[in-house]
Amino acid sequence: MRWIWLSAVVVSAVAGDLLQSREMKTAGEAGAPGLGRVLKLAVTRWKLLLSILCMAISFFAFLALVRTEPLSFAVPASAASFALETVLAKFVLGERLAARRTAGAILVCGGIVLVAR
Amino acid sequence: MLSWGGLKWVFAIGTTHKTALEDRGRAVAWRLIVFVTLLKPLSNLFLAWGMKELPSTLAVNPLLFLRAMVDPLVVIGILMQIVWLLTRMSLLSVADLSYVLPVTASGYVLSALLGRIVLHEQVSASRWLGVAMITLGTVFVASSPRITVAPEGRQR
Repeated sequence: MRWIWLSAVVVSAVAGDLLQSREMKTAGEAGAPGLGRVLKLAVTRWKLLLSILCMAISFFAFLALVRTEPLSFAVPASAASFALETVLAKFVLGERLAARRTAGAILVCGGIVLVAR
Repeated sequence: MLSWGGLKWVFAIGTTHKTALEDRGRAVAWRLIVFVTLLKPLSNLFLAWGMKELPSTLAVNPLLFLRAMVDPLVVIGILMQIVWLLTRMSLLSVADLSYVLPVTASGYVLSALLGRIVLHEQVSASRWLGVAMITLGTVFVASSPRITVAPEGRQR
């Protein structure tokens, strides 16, 4: 069961962030929008609503995971979403992962696993 | 005497409008990064304080969940999480996802420091090593370009 909850945490977090990143880019052409405008976008654009729903699913799946598994497993394991999102940001969102950014992401990912243990 | 800020303003004269906009965009993005990074561990701290008063059966009992929602500390924590989410969405409009994720992960460092200083928790050597790795990784990523993709998905 732990792997089912963990998959739900990771998959929904990744889907939520990818959707949110793609949708918000179209809103950022004239600079970062203020909180009021973000709130308006969040309730009027279905992809943003879906991304928030995905994040809520990830949050509740995480609660279910920590109900049966120790935090020392749940937190580092859910950091898998960090690695997956970085890779998918390249292939799905078309972001350029230069050497510095890739090295930094690997260091941060390893650091999260150590900090969360 | 001319200050550094004044000098920068003098040098800015004659540069293109685009450069001024980029500088402004960078400053706004950094303000958002600092806000997103600080808000997450602080909201977690409020949630942890509020939840501490509640029984450990919270996760399996919906009534206890509802009770938690009216606890003032939990309410502050939830409001902070909502503001965090909206601010992060704003940040994602001007920065890559692969940039935002590692740079805002420095919140983990703050969590470890808050745990040590405020809650007097023991922080192990491996955890400090993790803090050092996150800090170094954040510096690496922060020194890379903030955005590499245009709204339509084409690379810049």
